[in-house]
Amino acid sequence: MEKRFEYLEHTADAKFRAYGESLEEAFENAAYAMFNVMIDTSTVSTETSYEIELTSEDIEGLLFNWLSEILFVFEVENLVFAKFAVDRLEQDNDSFRLVARALGEEIDLSRHRFGTEVKAATYNGMRIERTPEGWMIQATVDT
Amino acid sequence: MSEETESSVFDILIKIDDNTWEVPMGYKPGMRVPGRIFVSEHLLGILEKETIDQVANVAMLPGIQKYSMAMPDAHLGYGFSIGGVAAFDRENGIISPGGVGFDINCGVRLIRTNLQENDVRPKLSQLLDDLFEAIPTGVGSKSRLRVSDAELDDIFVNGVQWAVDKGYGVKEDLDHCESGGKIPGADPSKVSAKARKRGRPQLGTLGSGNHFLEIQYVDEIYDEELASAFGFHEGQVTFMIHCGSRGAGHQICTDHLQVLTQASKKYNISLPDKQLACAPAQSPEAQDYFKAMLCAANYAWVNRHVIMHWTREVFEKTFAEEFGDLGMHLVYDVAHNIAKLEEHTVDGKKTEVYVHRKGATRAFSPGHPDLPEDYRATGQPVIIPGSMGTASYVLCGTKESMDISFGSACHGAGRVMSRKSAKRELHGEQVREELNLKGIQVRASQPSLIAEEAPEVYKSSSEVVDVVHELGIATKVAKLLPMGVIKG
Repeated sequence: MEKRFEYLEHTADAKFRAYGESLEEAFENAAYAMFNVMIDTSTVSTETSYEIELTSEDIEGLLFNWLSEILFVFEVENLVFAKFAVDRLEQDNDSFRLVARALGEEIDLSRHRFGTEVKAATYNGMRIERTPEGWMIQATVDT
Repeated sequence: MSEETESSVFDILIKIDDNTWEVPMGYKPGMRVPGRIFVSEHLLGILEKETIDQVANVAMLPGIQKYSMAMPDAHLGYGFSIGGVAAFDRENGIISPGGVGFDINCGVRLIRTNLQENDVRPKLSQLLDDLFEAIPTGVGSKSRLRVSDAELDDIFVNGVQWAVDKGYGVKEDLDHCESGGKIPGADPSKVSAKARKRGRPQLGTLGSGNHFLEIQYVDEIYDEELASAFGFHEGQVTFMIHCGSRGAGHQICTDHLQVLTQASKKYNISLPDKQLACAPAQSPEAQDYFKAMLCAANYAWVNRHVIMHWTREVFEKTFAEEFGDLGMHLVYDVAHNIAKLEEHTVDGKKTEVYVHRKGATRAFSPGHPDLPEDYRATGQPVIIPGSMGTASYVLCGTKESMDISFGSACHGAGRVMSRKSAKRELHGEQVREELNLKGIQVRASQPSLIAEEAPEVYKSSSEVVDVVHELGIATKVAKLLPMGVIKG
């Protein structure tokens, strides 16, 4: 994919579209877009891997959980991330499941350049859509 | 904004009076009550159409009373607009986390001193450096206060009482906090392990975004009698703390939003927007959220209280006097993101409603039983923070607010420019320099934050406050100008 994500205008919050050839890749880029609101990810190395496994009753819920979970890990584990790898994203029966890794390192205030604090993921204007090129995710995060 | 959008906003609304515009029932199918937007014609010109859609969406929720309302500082939110006020019947209504927001009990507290502007100017730079050192700010900041799990329960349930018992602040502070700094009914068993984990290290941190601590002085007094009752005089130095419940509140909202999304389906509530997820007020799902939300509300009051305590300590050190001798009294503390069970008069009958205020301040009238004795005769102090570098205002609640807006007024200036455009069009260092020229010093962890929160990105707070005053839902008492600001 040429463009991984782009930011859209939103008066109070951060709204973005993330793209991927697969749904997995679009999920990875959505997390990447959200993290770029918070930090200049070019200042972050990817030496530490944190595993994440989630389920939800629907795909929107899975995206909401995914973004919420990364925010939680960032805050309580003191980790910042620059790369996301969604290894599995599958639907069985009435449930969606995601297995992924977030790659980053411990917060180092002398090196990392922080931007806007993201308070939470939201369902506002959330879209998960198939496009001719693959998938598009639109999400808004509360800042 | 294009001409086209502007005219469409005016086409939708019916003018009731100079500052009241109605969103008619017919605007969207399913509206149970009309919408009421309290803005001047000029402010309406800069309102996004989507904000009106959000007001209309809220009007579709079960059990809504009178009107779905938006204050003059309204702008686009998620689910409810920011500046949204809606009351739902205790029995037949709903409770929605979207009507509170992620930063539960984000709010402001104002402390006065007996220092004059001239006493503080020469020491301002040192004072700000010391405050920036004493109060953790910015993304990922952790507190120097570490509480145990048992203490966290105590904080969730007892709010500011916990802090006073621990030696932070004094007993008189309790009375000057909305709801006494403690709403009964909070239940920590409804708070997830995740929310606890986020909340524990963050008590006593300012956070980031639009949160701040500001040193100000009283620039103008509009109402001598009320100003004197609140302890204000011209030139007097005050300080203001604006922050909320930090990660604890964000996580509580996130957790319960998931549950209530499923509950909306279970109870067959059709939602015009997924972010309006809700459940019948007396359902276990809604009550669980409400009891957890109260934990976050009590936590937020403690957060602002602890920051106030440390600020008093810095003043004590700088001026070598006890804070009591410096006259550092808490004027009042108000929540502006909260849902509360309150008694209001609807159709001439006293009735209990869940009032949701999302970016709106309670503004109770003189004589209201929930006010402390010393404000019983005046009405409640309503504290309206400005944006960085602009004036803040103190107003006073009126009888009209009880009739018009479920005892509510505006909460601030309201953004007009996105963070993204602000960072593109403004530069942090330049904004800092311009503020310096106006005699306002800024300490911030990131220069980009200064651009994002620059005065230009907000509506004029004076215009917002004038609408509130003209409507009569709160009376202007005093204007405060900033001298120094600390930002995340």
